[in-house]
Amino acid sequence: MKQIKITVNGKTHELRVKPWATLLEVIRDDLGLTGTKEGCGLGECGACTVIMDGNTVNACLVLAPEADGKEITTIEALAQGDKLHPIQEAFMEHGGLQCGFCTPGILVSTKALLDENPNPTDEEIRRGIAGNFCRCTGYTKIFESIKAAAQKGGR
Amino acid sequence: MAGGTDLLPKMKRREIEAPKYVIDLKGIPDLDYIEYDHKKGLRLGALTTIHAIETSPVIQLRFSILAQAAYLMAAPQVRNRGTVAGNICNAVPSADSVPPLLALEAKLKLMSQKGERILALEDFFTGPHETVLTGVELLVEIQIPPLPSESRGIYLKLSPKRSMDLATVGVAALVITEDGLCKDIRIALGAVAPTPIRAKRAEDIIRGQGFSDELIERTAQTAAEESRPIDDHRASAEYRRWMVQALVRRAINQAIS
Repeated sequence: MKQIKITVNGKTHELRVKPWATLLEVIRDDLGLTGTKEGCGLGECGACTVIMDGNTVNACLVLAPEADGKEITTIEALAQGDKLHPIQEAFMEHGGLQCGFCTPGILVSTKALLDENPNPTDEEIRRGIAGNFCRCTGYTKIFESIKAAAQKGGR
Repeated sequence: MAGGTDLLPKMKRREIEAPKYVIDLKGIPDLDYIEYDHKKGLRLGALTTIHAIETSPVIQLRFSILAQAAYLMAAPQVRNRGTVAGNICNAVPSADSVPPLLALEAKLKLMSQKGERILALEDFFTGPHETVLTGVELLVEIQIPPLPSESRGIYLKLSPKRSMDLATVGVAALVITEDGLCKDIRIALGAVAPTPIRAKRAEDIIRGQGFSDELIERTAQTAAEESRPIDDHRASAEYRRWMVQALVRRAINQAIS
């Protein structure tokens, strides 16, 4: 077992983890934060997207020991209690989801995109979520939701 | 392991035998750097991420062909973790960073307990997923010689999807012009041979000549003849060969426009 210290959504945790555990398993199983989803488990689909030290990563491709000392933001950090994040409001308003499985990853990618670039071009929006697959619907409403979130200054 | 974006999926898919130990190179200090010097050129540490290449002002300005390839690779989550050194060592024929680096005549610094050696990237690959790296060696640095300012490089990637896709064909063309003539040219091809390759016979056709449509076409045609593509589920060999010709023509035209 390996001792790691990670800060997730502002809270620091000291954990003993299997060295082959992924960050995704730590987030979901050890910390009980099940908003982050496991899709493909192979870094293709983006359902497990979290922000690590300011950059999005696929949590399924990060081994827990690699996350030692890192600061991580998951989907649970967006809403403050009952108050939704402007990005979440924009997705609700514009119907930017269907089954919802890819939604946490897409919202986290959107947050990372708008944090870095509050006024993205259409192409930058498409590139920003290029690593997040939605298998229900098209991407049009997702794209419109992000555009609306950016216009509202949703960061 | 550097970024792990190739290794972890391979382990999870059981494509490789489970390693007894995985050594995280990110624990080694001073392997993450982009350094440029007018005389020595560009040096990239083994931990330089694809995202760092894509967004580096000096690479965008002086070695834009490499930034172009980084821009076209995978998706943000993977570019944030994956490294160019890892892309090289993974040694797939379609690696996007390799044709630009071949065109830039990159060298690799390999290190082991016994010492270090410097090797041309061209001599690094021995086959698909195979390199000259011995089990105890580490690629620690990528070195790119300085380029004359009148050079221009273009990387074109053909893939069905705009993101998260492998190159069906990748073409890099670096053109150095002088008085409207082709002083030097380097053409490198990805995904159309067991390893990424230089198309040197094609280069010879136009080097020292003017850029007539006829010569550009013959250069492109020769590059297609030099390619040795295979038929697979992504494309037929014949289609790939035609696309080499089209993309080499297009890349040269873009480089001189």
